[in-house]
Amino acid sequence: MKVTIDGHTIDVEPGTTILNAARMIGGEIVPPAMCYYSKLKDSGGKCRTCLVEVTKGSEKDPRPMPKLVASCRTTVMDGMEVKNITSERVLEARKGVVEFLLINHPLDCPICDQAGECHLQDLAYEHGTAKTRYEEERRTFDQIDIGDKIKLHMTRCIMCFRCVFTADQITDKRVHGVLYRGDAAEIGTYIEKAIDNDFSGNMIDVCPVGALTDKTFRFKSRVWFVKPMNASRDCDKCCGKAVVWMYGNEIYRVTARKDKYDEVVDFICNTCRFDKKQVSDWNIEGPAEINRHSVISANKYKKGIKVTAPKVLGYGNNVD
Amino acid sequence: MGKKLLLEHENVPGIDTYEVYRSKGGYCAAEKALRKMSPDQIVEEVKVSGLRGRGGAGFPTGMKWSFLAKPEGKPRYLVVNADESEPGTFKDRYLMEKIPHILVEGILISSFALGANTSYIYIRGEYKWLVDVMEKAIAEAKNAGWLGKNILGTGYHLEIYVHYGAGAYICGEETALLESLEGKRGNPRIKPPFPAVAGLYGCPTVVNNVESIAAVVPIINMGGAEYAKIGIGKSTGTKLISACGHINKPGVYEIEMNISVEEFINSDEYCGGIRKGHRLKALVPGGSSVPILPYELIYKTAKGETRMMTYESLADGGFATGSMLGSGGFIVYDETACIVRNTWSFARFYHHESCGQCSPCREGTGWMEKVLHRIEHGHGRMHDIDLLVDVAKKIEGNTICPLGDAAAWPVASAIRHFREEFEYHVKYPEKVKNSIYAHEKDYKAVMV
Ligand SMILES: Cc1cc2nc3c(=O)[nH]c(=O)nc-3n(C[C@H](O)[C@H](O)[C@H](O)COP(=O)(O)O)c2cc1C
Ligand code: SF4
Ligand code: FES
Repeated sequence: MKVTIDGHTIDVEPGTTILNAARMIGGEIVPPAMCYYSKLKDSGGKCRTCLVEVTKGSEKDPRPMPKLVASCRTTVMDGMEVKNITSERVLEARKGVVEFLLINHPLDCPICDQAGECHLQDLAYEHGTAKTRYEEERRTFDQIDIGDKIKLHMTRCIMCFRCVFTADQITDKRVHGVLYRGDAAEIGTYIEKAIDNDFSGNMIDVCPVGALTDKTFRFKSRVWFVKPMNASRDCDKCCGKAVVWMYGNEIYRVTARKDKYDEVVDFICNTCRFDKKQVSDWNIEGPAEINRHSVISANKYKKGIKVTAPKVLGYGNNVD
Repeated sequence: MGKKLLLEHENVPGIDTYEVYRSKGGYCAAEKALRKMSPDQIVEEVKVSGLRGRGGAGFPTGMKWSFLAKPEGKPRYLVVNADESEPGTFKDRYLMEKIPHILVEGILISSFALGANTSYIYIRGEYKWLVDVMEKAIAEAKNAGWLGKNILGTGYHLEIYVHYGAGAYICGEETALLESLEGKRGNPRIKPPFPAVAGLYGCPTVVNNVESIAAVVPIINMGGAEYAKIGIGKSTGTKLISACGHINKPGVYEIEMNISVEEFINSDEYCGGIRKGHRLKALVPGGSSVPILPYELIYKTAKGETRMMTYESLADGGFATGSMLGSGGFIVYDETACIVRNTWSFARFYHHESCGQCSPCREGTGWMEKVLHRIEHGHGRMHDIDLLVDVAKKIEGNTICPLGDAAAWPVASAIRHFREEFEYHVKYPEKVKNSIYAHEKDYKAVMV
């Protein structure tokens, strides 16, 4: 099926969404996605940052679609023509969505653990305006511990539902969902129940903002001071392929590996994530490539640098 | 006197019981449909009648039915939307309370036409007593052989279940309703797929409003073509209007869709005029979600034509100078009403009822409410007014379900037509502070 996005034409399988077709084309025409997550079934459609304009429905039915559509949940038709960054309407709507996501967000990046790897930060930087028009009181929630390893800070949540789908789909006992309604809605485990599951830690990785953070890492370091290294270990629960974030020769935190859209490649278990913090636990392969442009990728690592494990141990404050 | 098709026997004592309903010709349509008509013929009859959905959007019912997918080995469902939570709308409640059997009969005919063997009535949580009313009617109908196995010896069987909501306006949105019916959180689904393909439990489903389904009874009785003769253009048949506000006779009225708005407001048969000593100021003709009309656009359209009680005429002029028939929640305001306060009140409702899934609605409804609250309470600034217009514009059309639009339209239209009143609130905060009507004497613009 042929689809044209901002003038770039590509042939894709039936059933491909506009967003995924755009990702195949790549570059700046890829709509930003704050809630869609290719690994999580049924995700997407909620944040509305990926809205695009369909100027031609298909070869068969060339009528344009009257409303902007969520590219992450709209499948392409043969001959469809889509406008993303070439549509004033889209850019205007997107600016609105970014503003909506920010009005109740605390904007306390300087003290937020996610800063530097936060998608909302990137999104606001690229699509937002520098000034806020919001003069009302911002919504706040109390912080909650989901078990002893995960911190939930709802005040920062953007309701992407990714963690809910994670809890639903990769963990086997669902105790995690959404309570209440509208702007009072919150992610919760009901009566602050710990999520007692080997894969629960992945909800930290899927969270685009600083709402779910790793308590074993919180406030230890800014992410741009720690170095992401691909590492693996023999694990009987998960693939054992992870990224260890090192400061000197200490492992500060462990996360799953991510692709260039910052989506987890393989989910990892809680043992790897929370309990394996010794260099000796891991076979360190070399620097992790961070493809997306963010503060972390601005740090010292470039692709192609060869490092061997022993040398890694010497890494720390000043690497280039 | 207009013709009454649904409420003809509303004042007959005991019409809520099976015997009396039957004695007044009840279940004759069902008998005709099941014995003499094929399902396709019924669908065709409804198409010919021109019946448009009475839940708000006005989508042609016959066409909706013909879209229903019919895959092998999958059940189909009819779900009746009795969630009626739109401020200003109380017609379904009246109909179910007075004549519950017309709904049961309508469901029977419709389910037969759609090939559904299980149908649900989803009743708004606050209408809990209607659950008993409907369950009693269903039990009576079953007793008389109109429900259950092998109805009238035709081999067709049908069960109707009543389910009630838990107090969420959003559960009136058809896909949120299906989620709720399935026992989940009532969040609207992302479409496609549409319910006609994958609805309740993933099976093809038709969701219709109470009044739409009840209207199938007279359509079968009199024939689609006869029904289509009532009304004007594509607004065929009769419509229930729940009228409230500053009128002499608030209540539920059945109208033929061929009378003017002026007649509806002033005739003694219907609203009985604006209350004594007061003047008409504004009208919300179809429930809180539709644009508000200022005095000069109520009796006449912008083109100077008589405004009629029809889908087309009420929408004439689009959003600039028109509104919508919507659900038929007809709210009339006289000059004592404060439009700012009314707009804030509606905004508060949508803020409270947003499900919170999508960002523009979750955040935008709260934002609008807070700004309107400030303006109403004397803390507004001039730029707030344009801000509201812009926020409404950024919500509209960009959300998962139409609740976002429903929240944006009243705000945008109120400012479009009553901007001076908003400005007045900003300019003279002392005069409007903590008082609903304090500005009444000073405020003279707009009103005729
Ligand atoms: C927020 C929202 C609330 C709604 N509430 C109701 C309702 O209470 N009753 C109703 O019949 N339709 C309601 N609707 C419309 C339904 O989604 C659906 O269009 C309707 O039930 C279809 O029936 P009809 O074709 O017979 O009108 C609502 C829609 C939205 C977006
Ligand atoms: S528009 Fe509002 S009510 Fe509808 S899905 Fe979005 S948040 Fe929920
Ligand atoms: S990524 Fe498509 S709506 Fe959020």
